Amino acid sequence: MSNPSLHSETGPGLSRRQFFEMAGAGLVIAVSEPVAEAQRGAAAGTLETRLHVGEDGIFTVWTGKIEEGQGALTELALAAAEELRVPLERVRMVMADTDRSPNDGTTAGSGTTPRTVPLVRKAAAATRALLLAAAGRQFGVDPARLEARDGAVAYAGKSFGYADLARTPELAAAYKSVLPEGIEVTPASEWQTLGKPRLRLDIRDLVTGSHRFPSDMGRPGMLYGRVLRPPAYGAILEDVDLGPARQMAGVKAVRDGGFVACAAPTTYAARKALEAISATARWKTVEQPSSDNLFEYLKQHASQEQRPQAAGRGSTEQALAAASRRFQASYHVPYVQHAPMEPRAAVAEWQEGRLTVWTGTSNPFSVRESLAETLGLAADHVRVLVPHFGGGFGGKHTAEAALEAARLARATGCPIAVQWTRAEEFMWAYFRPAALIEVEAALDANHSISAWDFVNYNSGGAAIDTPYRIPNTRTSFIASDSPLRQGSYRVLAATANNFAREAFTDELARAASTDPLEFRLSHLDNQRIRDVLQAATARFGWQERRKRRRAGTGIGLACGTEKNSVVAACCEVEMDRQTGTPKVVDVVQAFECGAILNPANLRSQVEGSIMMGLGPALREEIRFQDGRITNGRFAAYRVPRFRDLPRLEVILLDRPDLEPAGAGETPIIAIAPAIANAVFDATGVPVRAMPIRALRG
Amino acid sequence: MASIRFTVNGKARQVETEPDRPLLEALREDFGLTGTKYGCGEGQCGACTVLLDDRPVLSCITPVRAAQERRVVTIEGLARDGRLHPVQQAFIEEGAVQCGYCTPGMILQTVALLAAHPQPSDAQIIEALNGNLCRCNDYHRIQAAVRRAVGSVGSKA
Repeated sequence: MSNPSLHSETGPGLSRRQFFEMAGAGLVIAVSEPVAEAQRGAAAGTLETRLHVGEDGIFTVWTGKIEEGQGALTELALAAAEELRVPLERVRMVMADTDRSPNDGTTAGSGTTPRTVPLVRKAAAATRALLLAAAGRQFGVDPARLEARDGAVAYAGKSFGYADLARTPELAAAYKSVLPEGIEVTPASEWQTLGKPRLRLDIRDLVTGSHRFPSDMGRPGMLYGRVLRPPAYGAILEDVDLGPARQMAGVKAVRDGGFVACAAPTTYAARKALEAISATARWKTVEQPSSDNLFEYLKQHASQEQRPQAAGRGSTEQALAAASRRFQASYHVPYVQHAPMEPRAAVAEWQEGRLTVWTGTSNPFSVRESLAETLGLAADHVRVLVPHFGGGFGGKHTAEAALEAARLARATGCPIAVQWTRAEEFMWAYFRPAALIEVEAALDANHSISAWDFVNYNSGGAAIDTPYRIPNTRTSFIASDSPLRQGSYRVLAATANNFAREAFTDELARAASTDPLEFRLSHLDNQRIRDVLQAATARFGWQERRKRRRAGTGIGLACGTEKNSVVAACCEVEMDRQTGTPKVVDVVQAFECGAILNPANLRSQVEGSIMMGLGPALREEIRFQDGRITNGRFAAYRVPRFRDLPRLEVILLDRPDLEPAGAGETPIIAIAPAIANAVFDATGVPVRAMPIRALRG
Repeated sequence: MASIRFTVNGKARQVETEPDRPLLEALREDFGLTGTKYGCGEGQCGACTVLLDDRPVLSCITPVRAAQERRVVTIEGLARDGRLHPVQQAFIEEGAVQCGYCTPGMILQTVALLAAHPQPSDAQIIEALNGNLCRCNDYHRIQAAVRRAVGSVGSKA
C-alpha cells in the first residue's frame, strides 16, 4: 500500500487550493466549527476540512491541535480509526499547519479530549456511513444490514472498501458538503480500538532521534539568530553600536527600534556577535519589585474590585460572626517556571512576500495572527507549522521566538533559526502566577464546617469553589498587578487553590479531632470524588497506616476536581532530622476522567503530573531582585529528578458511562496538598506555603 | 580555527572550526545530527548527552577539540541496519516517552550505564540517570524502561 506522505508533498509556498488539487484524487469531508463554538462544545456544522480518504484506502485527518508529548496525535488517530473501523496504521494525522488544518483553538485546558475528539469521531462516523450507503447501492442491499470491518464492507462473497468509495465520483459532492446533523458515534461499550493501551504513534522517531523538533528544523541558507535582551525587566535601550559585530565574518546585525539582533552561519558565531553587541549597549533601568516581599506586594497592588468566582451559598459573613470556633490562615504560592526541555524555538523563511514559520506553540492560529499583525501582512500570507515539540505545560501559548525569527529573516533576507537559551527561557518566558490565598472558616457544634471564606489574590479562579458541603461559602479571585509576566501553566490556579483548600481542611479536621479521610467524606456529596478518595486510601492502607505511625514520618491525603475529572492522592513523607525537609517516599493516586480513551497514555499523564507537581511542592520557586531572575538556571532552580522518584502507584478508574474528559492537568492538583498534610501529620505544624520548607517539630 | 578529526557514529569526520566550540553545536550544525539536544548549555540537564569513547559526556560543555582522534556516538548511531538498540527497544516497549526531547540523552546515558554495569542495582540506575532531566517527569516509565533494558542487553551479550 502506497504512502501518500502528505507532509513532504507540500512545500511552504503551496496554497490551500493547490493542496487539494494535489490530494484531489480522493475525497474531502468537512467537519469543523468556529473556535468560539468549539470552545463551548457546540455540535459540528460549518465547512472545514477534517478528513481525506485516499484511493489507497489511507485516511488523512487534519487537526489544528498540536503534539507536545501529551498524546493528542495518537488519541485523535485512535478516534478516527475507531469510527472508520480501520486499523490504526491506515490513519495519518496532519497537525497544526495553518494552511491546511481547521482552527481547533489552543491546545490547552484539557480541551482536545472533550472537544476535538468528538469532531474527529463524527467526521469518521459520517465517512463510514457513506461507505455503507455506497456499498448498499453496489450490492443492492439495505445499508442498515451491512457492517464495515477492517475498512471494507463484505457481502455475499464481494467486498467494497474505502478505496472503492474514494473512486466513486458522485460521492465527492456529498463529502464536500456540511456534515449532517445527528451523527452517532460508537458507544464506549462497543469500542474496538479506543479504550485499549496504545503506544504513541511517533515513538520510534523519538527514540532514534530522527524526529525534527522545531529547534531541529533546517532550511537551505539558514542562519542562527540571537536577540539582544535587556539586563533587567523594564530596562530601556539608550544606545548600541552594531559596528563591531558587523565586522565579524558572516555576521549580520540588525536594529529595528528596541529590537536588536544578529545572525550568523553558526550558533557559535551568533553568540560571539551578540557578546560584541552587548558590550556596546547602554541601558536605562528602572526600579523593580523583589521576591522578598512578593506577597505583601500582591496584597498592596490588589484590584479594588472584588469579583466572586464561584456561586456563594448562604451568608458567610453572618455565619462567621456567629461562630464560636473560627479559624484562619494565609497561603503563599510563589512563581514557578514551566521550564520545558526544549526552550522556545522557531525557524522563519520568506518566499515572495509570504512567510512560513515552524515553531513550538500550543496556539498556531494565534501565532499566525501575531505574526501577521506585527509584520503588517494578511493572515493568508503567513503559514505556521508546529512540529511535535519538546514540552509546553501551558508555557508556549505565545509567539516570541516566531516573531524574532521572522523579523530577523526579513531584515537579513535569509531563513533564520532562533532558539532561546535556557537563561532566556527562565527570564523572558512567562511564569505560573504567584498566589496569596486567605481562608477563613468556622466549625459548628457537630464538628462540621459551617462557613467558608476563600480569597485568591493574583493567581486565578480555577477550581476555587469548594467541593465540600458547607452551608455558607464565599470564594473570590482578586486580580493584582503582577510584578512578573504571568500566564497559563498546567491546570492554572487549580493547583494553588487546591493546595490552600486541602491543607486548611486538614487543619479543620484536626480541630474537629476527626481523621482527615472521615472529615472529608462527611462533607462530600460528589460521588466521583468519594470514589477516587476511597480507591486511593484503600490501596494506600490509610486506616492501618494511621495506626502504626513511625517517628519522623507522616501520611497525608488530598482530593479535588477540575475539568470534569476527579483525583485523590495519598502519600508518606520522611522528615530529614537535620534539615527538617520532607522526602516523599510513597504516593498512591487515583484518577477518574470518564471513559478512558488510551489507558497507556493516561497513565503516563498521571504519573508525569504527580512528579511534576513534586517540584513546586518541595523546591521550585522563582526568585527575583532588581528586575532579574536570581535563580534562573537548572543548577539553582531545582526541578524533580530521578532521585526524587518515590514508590509510585496510579489507579485509573474507568467510567465508560461518562463522556471522556481531558487528563493532562487535573492529576497534578492533589500531590502538593497531600505532601503538606503528610508534613503536618509528621510535625504537628501546619503547612501554609509552597515550596514546603524546613519546619519545626 | 583548528582542524578536528574524529569518528562520528563509525564514520571518519573532519571539521575546520573553533576549537572551543561546543561539540553539541558541531554535531547539530555541521553534521545535521539533530538528535542531540540543547537543553541548558551548562551541563545541568543531560539532553545533550553523547558517548565519547563509550563514556557519556555532556556535549554542550565539551569543546569540540576534546573529541580529537576519538569516537563519538550519538542517538543516530545506535541502531544497526535498521534494527534498534535494545535500550531504544526497551523505551518503546515501556512507552517511556512523552515529548521525547530528553529521550536521546536518557537512552545514551542508559547505554553507557549498561556497558559499565551490565546488571545495575536500582540505586545505580538512579545515580546514573540523576543528571538527566525530563520535564514531562516521565521518570517512573523511564526507570521501567531501563530495568527492561537490563535484561535484554544482558541476554544479547
